[in-house]
Amino acid sequence: MKYFGLVWAGLWRKKTRTVFTMISIVIAFLLFGLLQGINQGFSSALSRLDVDRLYVSARTGMTDGMPISYLSRIRNVPGVRAVSMWAYFGGYYREARNPIPAFATDAVELMKVYKEIKIRPEYIEAMAKTRTGVLVSGPLAATHGWKVGDRVPIGTSIWTNKAGSNTWEFDIVGTFDAGAYGAGFPSFYLNYSYFDEARQFGAGEIHYYIVSLQDPKQAQRISREIDDMFANSSVETRTQTESALAQSQLKQFADINFIANAIVGAVLFTLLFLTANTMMQSVRERTSELAVLKTLGYSDTKVLILVLTESLLLCMFAAALGIALAALVFESPALQKLFGEFSMPLFVAAMGAGIAVLVAFISGFPPAWRARQLNIVDALAGR
Amino acid sequence: MKMFRQIGAVTAMNFRSLPQRLSTSLVIVIGIAGVVAVLVSVLAMSTGLIRTMENTGRDDRAIVMRNGSVAETSSALDRNSARLIVDGAGIKRDAKGEPILTAETFRILMLHKKADDTEVSAILRGVGPKVLEVRPELKIVAGRMFQPAVAEVIVGKSANAQFKGLNIGDVVSSRGANWTVVGVFETGGDAHESSLMSDAETLNSIDQRGAFQSVTALLESPTAFQTFKDSLSANPALAVDVVREREYYRQQSKTMTTIISVIAYVVGGIMAVGAVFAALNTMYSAVSARLQEIATLRALGFGSTAMVMSVLAEALVLALIGGVIGALLAWAFFNGNTVSTLGGGGGLGQLVFELSVSPQLMMFGVVWACIIGLIGGLFPALRAARLPVAMALRAV
Repeated sequence: MKYFGLVWAGLWRKKTRTVFTMISIVIAFLLFGLLQGINQGFSSALSRLDVDRLYVSARTGMTDGMPISYLSRIRNVPGVRAVSMWAYFGGYYREARNPIPAFATDAVELMKVYKEIKIRPEYIEAMAKTRTGVLVSGPLAATHGWKVGDRVPIGTSIWTNKAGSNTWEFDIVGTFDAGAYGAGFPSFYLNYSYFDEARQFGAGEIHYYIVSLQDPKQAQRISREIDDMFANSSVETRTQTESALAQSQLKQFADINFIANAIVGAVLFTLLFLTANTMMQSVRERTSELAVLKTLGYSDTKVLILVLTESLLLCMFAAALGIALAALVFESPALQKLFGEFSMPLFVAAMGAGIAVLVAFISGFPPAWRARQLNIVDALAGR
Repeated sequence: MKMFRQIGAVTAMNFRSLPQRLSTSLVIVIGIAGVVAVLVSVLAMSTGLIRTMENTGRDDRAIVMRNGSVAETSSALDRNSARLIVDGAGIKRDAKGEPILTAETFRILMLHKKADDTEVSAILRGVGPKVLEVRPELKIVAGRMFQPAVAEVIVGKSANAQFKGLNIGDVVSSRGANWTVVGVFETGGDAHESSLMSDAETLNSIDQRGAFQSVTALLESPTAFQTFKDSLSANPALAVDVVREREYYRQQSKTMTTIISVIAYVVGGIMAVGAVFAALNTMYSAVSARLQEIATLRALGFGSTAMVMSVLAEALVLALIGGVIGALLAWAFFNGNTVSTLGGGGGLGQLVFELSVSPQLMMFGVVWACIIGLIGGLFPALRAARLPVAMALRAV
């Protein structure tokens, strides 16, 4: 630590150069923080999903639907705590451009399966009492200005009701808070009993059964049992854990991991070059100074360490700044809305620190070695 | 004239001394190459997507869906509507005087990518009997066309290449039917090549669905679109949206292309800022390494414009080299790579398209590089011009 002053002075010898190099490093790590943050955000969101929940859908595709008769059979599988079902309603409010992820379900069972959803018990009761009742998520209600007790018309392009209309009228009987689940929880639920008797076609068709397990370690066994149970029925099923489902849905979009890593790799490679160059220049300019240090008694190794420390200080300081900036960006309201409760994982900061150290060493070593090999007499003579 | 001679002389001198500053100059080249490579590669995705979308559809084809539908797959027309649409004005008629159109219906199939076994959703499009007349660009390149009333499908070229189990003779299982692949088709490199096709009536009877989802009609000419649209809107019994096929596909992919473009510009922009500072670094050290030279030249009478221009020229050339290298890298690694992603809005299923590093894109990358070089070279250039000569002539 007593050498800190020396190292610091060495860094700021050429102010502009150091500042510019630092800014480049800051920006490189800002990008790193953003990309890796998003990447890690997706994977951690995926792994946070309950492993004790299984999703059962038709093997040939979710839209093919399964019969309602499967419900009781799935419920009787040992190890199953509760079973809920979703029939996809998929409507829109006012215009097709405002889609609403709406599902028809049995509210009581739904809340048993998704125990982390916060909802007042009287709302669940109200659903049972009101045929046309619906539960909506807090944010969705806020977006459209809905309150409990409102009657809302929801249009759908798929389900014509028996009255011949494509607009269904619903009464909002309650709101819920899905914050603990995270982004992606459907925000609109109607009564399956009402939906099934009022829809013109597809009666008795369910798109998802959601199974809550007593013991998450039984997930594999129970999945297999459910699929085997319907192996020779009219509709074969496929059961997967919640995180497996989310992962496959995400992969349809893009291999985010690969893209993020590729871009970060390219950026860090060019950064390496930049930092190495800066350090090289800095050492070359100070040959006589380093020679004087050696004359004073600093050993070769000490000089090497001094240069390395300089490189380290430069990289770590700038990297910390860059990652801090990235963390700040994640806290911004725009991104919060996109990703839900999301802040940069500590893991990314740690990874960034590690990479900064690596860059510092790789770019700082050649000049440090050069400094170490400096011959005092030649250096002082300016050769 | 004197100015140009001056600029020329100083610039030439700069370049001749470049080898002395090789590693510093390489920093600009590599830094900018990186920025351009990343920018161009990511934009190549959206260019490729747009290109596939633009190829899809002709100006003289229109799609009719139910009023308010976001996509063909979420529309639903009943048989009555289908009959009324057939009577629309402006539809081209064939030799027998019948309107050339196909009433279509859709189903989503879950397939697996060959590359990493990811499960993706693909579209099975049930088409009407006149499909080959409506879509003359559809050519069977292997196997044969499907027969009506049998569970047979033909698969698009891209789907066949990217997804598992779509070779001729393979069976795709789906609820209610097992579809045998009997042929592979191409449609000139558009979105349809990522989907499968079969007969609409067969699909309907398997699904027990009473009606179609959309109608694609071949119009007499591109200008007949308005007549067609008006004749359908005027009919009170019909509640439909009529849209040009090209417009439809462009709309479908808009979200995805916007997302990709935003990512490209945000990442590229951040990298560009970093590159600007790297360039500033390099050019400042280039100038400060030659302070005495520059001061001597100024003392000799070379004007400040010449100094500024020469430094800018050096920065520009280095940036240009970096930009060209970056563009070429992107082209070499990514041009023609097939990727697939969700086409957008669920209405297109998984869309397979080629990354397209077009000449315009490469040019754009090079221009981006030059801008970075110019900004990076400007301040050092000004410094070279404003140097207090006497001070600089003394050893720094």
